[in-house]
Amino acid sequence: MSMAMRDAFGSKLAELGATHPELVVLDADVSSSTKSALFGKAFPDRFYNVGVAEGNMVDIAAGLATCGYHPVVNAFSIFLALKGTDQIRNTVCYNNLPVIIAGAYGGLSDSFDGASHQAITDIAIMRALPNMQVIVPGDAAQAQQALEYALTQKGPVFIRLNRNPMPDLPSASEIGTVCSVEGSDITIAANGITASYANKAASLLAKEGIKAEVLSVPVVKPLDVESLKKSVSKTGALLCVEEHVLMGGFASAVSEAFMKQGISCRFDAIGIEDTFTESGPYEPLLAKYGISAENIAMRAKNLCK
Amino acid sequence: MNTSVKDLLSQPERTFNAKELAALAAYFRVVMFDTLHDRGTGHWGGSASSAELTTSLYFNRMNIKAEDPTWEDRDRLILSKGHASMNLYTVLAHRGFFPVEELSTFRKLDSRLQGHPCMNKLPGVDMSTGALGHGLSVGLGMALAAKLSGKSFWTYVITGEGCLNEGQSWEALMSAAKFKPEHFVLMVDYNKVQLDGTEEQIMPLGPLSDKLKSFGWNVAPTAYDGNNTEDMLASFAWMDSDDVWPKAVIYDTIKGKGVSFTEGKNAWHGAVIDDASYAQGIVELTSDLHQKEAAL
Repeated sequence: MSMAMRDAFGSKLAELGATHPELVVLDADVSSSTKSALFGKAFPDRFYNVGVAEGNMVDIAAGLATCGYHPVVNAFSIFLALKGTDQIRNTVCYNNLPVIIAGAYGGLSDSFDGASHQAITDIAIMRALPNMQVIVPGDAAQAQQALEYALTQKGPVFIRLNRNPMPDLPSASEIGTVCSVEGSDITIAANGITASYANKAASLLAKEGIKAEVLSVPVVKPLDVESLKKSVSKTGALLCVEEHVLMGGFASAVSEAFMKQGISCRFDAIGIEDTFTESGPYEPLLAKYGISAENIAMRAKNLCK
Repeated sequence: MNTSVKDLLSQPERTFNAKELAALAAYFRVVMFDTLHDRGTGHWGGSASSAELTTSLYFNRMNIKAEDPTWEDRDRLILSKGHASMNLYTVLAHRGFFPVEELSTFRKLDSRLQGHPCMNKLPGVDMSTGALGHGLSVGLGMALAAKLSGKSFWTYVITGEGCLNEGQSWEALMSAAKFKPEHFVLMVDYNKVQLDGTEEQIMPLGPLSDKLKSFGWNVAPTAYDGNNTEDMLASFAWMDSDDVWPKAVIYDTIKGKGVSFTEGKNAWHGAVIDDASYAQGIVELTSDLHQKEAAL
């Protein structure tokens, strides 16, 4: 297991604070959960805890951004993407301001807290906003790379983080698509932490003689269509996997791009169907809603028939 | 021969006195009424209401450079009631941020003068607004930036009742009282008329001064007449009178000010100025302008 993304992100914030005087961090009374408190302890003058008021926090960050600062706002992803949507859209994105929206506890990772805290529509909301870039890191290293990348940008970036320690993915020099398993029968494009399950699924499929190629695709917007296209041109089949509803998220982004470019292939997508989720331990919860090595392998196998 | 508004506007960087500001505001009302009538779209009621507030800020108070609109040490104004865009545009144009002729492009396709202010399109707009209730939060961020960077610029936020109906404004009021940045001022354009009806009918805000005080703000002890430039200058003097932050000033104003049949009428929030109304209204506004010019 790697360290949890939130620990990696919080420690990277504190580290970058030393070399980035323009970095300011805001939190909505969850800094000990998001780990932005690590920055707050190191740089108290550049840390603002605004209480449980996500929309207010985003607009305060926007005001700071107009004056040369590069704010990172931290809260649970579901609340940033719902209570802060007006502010993210009308102030941050409309004005193309350099504000980093760090959505903690993404997907089902706040598993025991249940449906009220599980962010399963955040990607759809964020990717619909003009000027916004959307990154869903798959492990701790990608979370840190996403932050470093976002700090180089002149506009807004949404980074969706995970609460729990998850397996490390193959490393890369920067945030972007990584091919973790090469194959020729089917492409499994996995967004965020689903990549580790896709890697295990590839092992299961190999035992049955199916050569799956696994791409870890953390960047939903702008989408790396070329890597997907290249793999699918070889395999002729694509299975997308995401920790999000199947409407408007990663699989939607891929299918929109493929349709537009006339890329034809056998296609399936695993994600949360049109339903609310529930409380439970993280891995069994993911499995119940389709995200497990076994289910990915089964759906991939069906596509290869 | 008395001084005319034209003479005043030939030297827009001067610090104008109360009589001059009154004449400028009267002139801007004529321009706004003309332009809104010509364009057949826009918000007269709120634009007329805040005319003295914006005029007094830009022609007496604010430290700005029209030739360098993004100067980092400039004072900031957020017109949180962004539907009064025609008021802001008229003042900015005459202050030298962009050509006055461009006012005629208001709300046209490809215009820099969007329906509601857009900071990335039009020089002089410090923050895009339109969705109500954002201004105080954004202004707080700017004021915190000043504090953090050791700068002394002022941040003014003008809200109407609509902004204060929004819950976010009260989140911002709470948080500003926590962080207490200097030179941060809320100016309430309190005309007591909203889109659908009066404040009492739609959402009573009173007792507003007490509410703001209870939220930890330093509130001006008296409500000023926001359509009177002597009062505007008196309110500025109060802003400079102590070092207790954040500060709030409540201005009693009249929606649709200057045209008798639009004053205090919610129907004139965003109504099109038809030809008959224009013909009657422009006579009143021009007469007021001549009186103010004669007093210079």
